Amino acid sequence: MKQVYMDHSATTATDPAVMEAMLPYFSEKYGNPSSLYTIGRQARRAIEESRQKVADLIGAKKEEIIFTGSGTESDNLAIKGSALRNRTKGDHIITSSIEHHAVLHTCKYLEKNGFKVTYLPVNKEGLIDPVDVAGAITPQTILISIMHANNEIGTIQPIAEVGKIAKEKDIVFHTDAVQTTGKIPVNVDDLGVSMLSISAHKIYGPKGVGALFLRKGTVIEPQMHGGGHERNIRSSTENVPGIVGFGKACEMAKERLPQESNLAALRDSLIKSVLEIKDSYLNGHPIKRLPNNANFRFSYIEGESMILNLDMKGVAASTGSACSSTSLMPSHVLMAIGLRPEEAHGSLRLTLGRENTQEDVDYVLSVLPDIVNKLRMISPLAR
Amino acid sequence: MTDGYSEKVMDHFANPRNVGEIKDADGIGKVGNPTCGDVMWIYIKVKDNILEDVKFKTFGCGAAIATSSMITELAKGKTLEEGLKISRGNVAEALDGLPQVKLHCSNLAADGLHAAIKDYLEKTGKKLS
Repeated sequence: MKQVYMDHSATTATDPAVMEAMLPYFSEKYGNPSSLYTIGRQARRAIEESRQKVADLIGAKKEEIIFTGSGTESDNLAIKGSALRNRTKGDHIITSSIEHHAVLHTCKYLEKNGFKVTYLPVNKEGLIDPVDVAGAITPQTILISIMHANNEIGTIQPIAEVGKIAKEKDIVFHTDAVQTTGKIPVNVDDLGVSMLSISAHKIYGPKGVGALFLRKGTVIEPQMHGGGHERNIRSSTENVPGIVGFGKACEMAKERLPQESNLAALRDSLIKSVLEIKDSYLNGHPIKRLPNNANFRFSYIEGESMILNLDMKGVAASTGSACSSTSLMPSHVLMAIGLRPEEAHGSLRLTLGRENTQEDVDYVLSVLPDIVNKLRMISPLAR
Repeated sequence: MTDGYSEKVMDHFANPRNVGEIKDADGIGKVGNPTCGDVMWIYIKVKDNILEDVKFKTFGCGAAIATSSMITELAKGKTLEEGLKISRGNVAEALDGLPQVKLHCSNLAADGLHAAIKDYLEKTGKKLS
């Protein structure tokens, strides 16, 4: 049976060239980068070369990159580190209602610990309004964190506009760019951010490694104390193979960036054809969306059932339905764009990647309508 | 309890038994809520106190569809009294277990059957011996 992977926003396969670059750092170059002898120095050099490559992808300086263990850790470090550092200046944080849980749950944690958080609403296409950001700022505001693009519905936020507001008011501004880096141009100066989170496994690098861009002059409290690694901001013996793989993945992503936008044509052909299915809708913004993201909802049927049926046909996809997770409520993102729970339960996310072809899209289009029909046949909600 | 779906769950999900409505059903049990992502309608046909036919329509996840399918198999041919004794646990057991998160939210099929039997008893004014 044909296998089609269309869940690239969940994770990507590690590129063979990335794996090849990593391998020596498991075996012959296994030294601790803090060690002074040859294999230690080799590892140190490899890390610093990777740091440069990560910096190059996002228009940052090498010294502004802190390696972490994941995108989630980068978000935690940015938000908690900044909030705790600036606590004496104020206690107010502004974020959006559609952030990744790595940001939302970190903000909830800070709320429990005395901070105040404003969760900005989004419109039905998933866009925040920069006017709302400006309106939410108080003299107590110490941090703004708005994601660059949403992981579920793919909506790209007006980050540069928020960046201008933050700069004007001299407020630290963080963005979670885990979904945009390597897919659309990401430049820390153009965006006007003080901190930016990225992750390796979303861009054909290995799992277990991420980075935080920390602009020179932005000071945060470390969240991991120990041997003083990563400029004393993130102690832990460096994940050398992972970091080397991350660097290679960033280098390749930079070279491939012009081709990534080609995915938009494939995405649009997918969207156009899927919407020919009766009672189907597109979630998110029609234009301001990630080139690889398509998110639909189908009336009368439930997302997990769609995912399982697609899997039986060899297609890997995901849903924002609660039935795929441990919570009873469907995705907070789909609720925030104003969907009713039963609508949100019927969502399907297809995220394209490098290896996907028109043939893959055609295959999905050949199986999806039958799956939708089959589930509607057994649904009491369909009329 | 299992980590994922058992083969039996996947079998009942992929090939659900007794799907559809019974046009002249003697009782219908409607349980669940679209807000929670699960809605089950269980239809029964009763003859001489026996569940002669049982069918279902379900909006929901894999577990919701599989439990609906399983309850129709468990209930068919049983007396009304026996039908009322089929529990959520019996359904989960017959499917070789359900993942922990599904045990409560999607395991409504037994409730649906009970509701259908009660609907029948109310409509006919019959009482169980």
